[in-house]
Amino acid sequence: MGISKIWVFGEATDAGATASTLELVTRASQLADTVEVIMSGDAAAVAGVLGAHGATAVHTIGPIEGSLGGPRIASAIAGAVEAGTGPDVVICSTSYDGRDVAGRLSAKIDRPVITNVVDLVADGDRLLGCEPVFGGTTDVTTGFTDSGTAIFLVRPKSFTAEESGGGPAEVAEIAVGDLGETGSATVKERFAEESSGPKLDEAAIVVSGGRGLGEAGKYEMIETLAKLVKGAPGASRAVVDAGWVPYSYQVGQTGKVVKPTVYLACGISGATQHLVGMKGSANIIAINKDEEAPIFGIADLGIVGDVHKVLPKLIEALQARG
Amino acid sequence: MWKLRQRVVSLLPLSGTLFAMIVVVCVKQIPDPADPGALDPETKTLRRDVKLILDESDSYGVEMGLQLVDAAGEGEVRLVSMAPRNEVGGLRTALAMGAASAVLVSDEALAGSDALSTAKVLAAAIRRCEPDLVLTATESSDGYTGTVPVQIAELLGLPSVTFGKEIEVADGIATVKRQTEAGFDQVECPLPAVVSVTAGVVEPRYPSFKGIMGAKNKPVDELDLAGLGIDPATVGWSGARQEITDVAVAPARDAGELIHDEGDAHERILAFLDDLKVL
Repeated sequence: MGISKIWVFGEATDAGATASTLELVTRASQLADTVEVIMSGDAAAVAGVLGAHGATAVHTIGPIEGSLGGPRIASAIAGAVEAGTGPDVVICSTSYDGRDVAGRLSAKIDRPVITNVVDLVADGDRLLGCEPVFGGTTDVTTGFTDSGTAIFLVRPKSFTAEESGGGPAEVAEIAVGDLGETGSATVKERFAEESSGPKLDEAAIVVSGGRGLGEAGKYEMIETLAKLVKGAPGASRAVVDAGWVPYSYQVGQTGKVVKPTVYLACGISGATQHLVGMKGSANIIAINKDEEAPIFGIADLGIVGDVHKVLPKLIEALQARG
Repeated sequence: MWKLRQRVVSLLPLSGTLFAMIVVVCVKQIPDPADPGALDPETKTLRRDVKLILDESDSYGVEMGLQLVDAAGEGEVRLVSMAPRNEVGGLRTALAMGAASAVLVSDEALAGSDALSTAKVLAAAIRRCEPDLVLTATESSDGYTGTVPVQIAELLGLPSVTFGKEIEVADGIATVKRQTEAGFDQVECPLPAVVSVTAGVVEPRYPSFKGIMGAKNKPVDELDLAGLGIDPATVGWSGARQEITDVAVAPARDAGELIHDEGDAHERILAFLDDLKVL
C-alpha cells in the first residue's frame, strides 16, 4: 500500500511553470499513484509540461488578475478535502505564494505543516519530510501520526526535475469557496527590479558578500565581480539585516538555497544559517581574514586574506581579460 | 528607514483628522542565536531552558509599528508573545523601544507547540487587542517555518500581505510593497489586516535609557490557555499530530586547500575557475 494522491501547488510565470513546481511534480510522481497540480491562471498553457513531469491532472481556479492566490488556492483545496475528493498530501514550494497557500490551508482545515523540507520519502502509506537543523549538521525526519491531509513546504532545488514521458495533464476547473475578508488584498501594480544577470538560484556562479566587507558601499565589489563572471550577487543574512541589499539577495536557511557550479564567499564567516543555503554548491571558494572561520571547513579553495585586497585584484584581472 | 517615514507622513489624510491606530506586533522570544542550540534528547524538540531574548527579526516589526503609529498621530503598539515560564526578557526590549503594553501567553500545555498551535494562541491573544493592523516577521530566527503570519490571518478571518518591505496606512487601507521573485508588488489591503515584514527594511531604534527604565512599569498581561479560552488538547504535544521518525548526522563536506594570501590569491582563484571552464 502506498500514497494514493498528492496535489502540488503549481506556480507559473509568462515563461511557463516554475522550476520548483516541476521539481515537486517529478518527486511526487515517484512517490504516489496519482499526482495532480492545483493552480490559478491558464492551466492549459502548462498542462503539457506538467504532464511530461508526471502530473495527470491540473485543477485551476481560473484567472485571479490582481488578487493574491494564497487564500483562493487554499479555499479550493479545503473545499475538495471537505467534499472527500481532495488529496492525501499537499506539497507547496517554500516560495512567497507557496507559504501563503500552506499557511492558509493549515489553519482552514486544522492541519499542521511540515516545513523546510529538503527530501520527501515514502513510509508505507504516509509521506515523511526531511529537514536540516543546526546549520545542516543534523537531519530530522518528520511524519504525521494520523491519516488526515498532510501538508509539506519543500525548499526549491531539493529535487531534479525530470520528464517521465506522460501526455498532457487533463485540465479541470475547481471552485473557490467564500473568502469573507481574507481575499480582499489586491495587487495594484507590479514592479520588476532591474536585473541584467542570471537569477540568484539559477546562476552557474554566485558571488556573495558578508559583513567582512565592512560597509554597505563595498558591496559594489560583489556586484562588479558577479557581472564579470556572468554570475549573480548574493549576500549573508547579516548584510541583508543591515539593509545593505534587499532580502531577495539573501542566501541561507532563511533566504534562498543555491547550488551553483561555483560559490564564491567574500567576507562571510559561515554562520550555520548561511551554510545551509550554499553547501550544496559543486565548488566553494572562500575569502576571509579569520583562519578559524567555519566557512573554510567546507571550502574547496580557502583564502585567508583581506577581501579589500583580493577582490580589487581579481576584478582588475578579469577586466584585463575583457 | 527615513525615506519610508517621510512618505508615510505625506500620506496623512488631507482633512488633518487623526485616528488612533492600534498596531499589534507579534514578537518571539528566542534563545540567544550566539549560543548554539540543542535538541532535548528525550523529546527531540529544541531545548528552551535558556534565557530568552527578542528575536532580531521581530525588531523590524516593532520599529515599523512605532513609525506607523507616529504617522497616524495617535495610537499605540501592543505586543503579543507566547513563551515558556512567563519569560519577559525579549518583551522588555520591545517595550523599551516604545511599545505600550504586552500580552504574554505561557502554559505548560504549550510545550511542543508547532506553528499552527502557536498561531492559534497568538490569534486568540490578538483578538483581545482589537488591532487595526497586525505585524509579524516573515519567519522566526530559530524555527523559521514562515507559516505563522498567514495562519494567524486565516484564524482571524483577515486578509494578509506577506514579505512586506514598506507599509503606508491611509483611510483604513494599508498599501504594502510586497517582495516578489521579479521585484515587488504594490498591494492594497483593507484594515484590519496581517502584514509580515522582511528584515532590514527599517532601522530598529536602540532603546533609550529612559525607555529601558520606563519599560519596567509597562503593563504585561500574563495569560494561560484557560484565560484565552483555548482547549489544551488542541495545541502543544496533543495538537501536533506529528512525530519525528529519525534524527541523523548530515553527511559532512570536506575542506579543500587553505592558502594565505601573499598578494597573488586572485591568480589562484582565476586558475581554479579556469580549471572548471566556467569563465
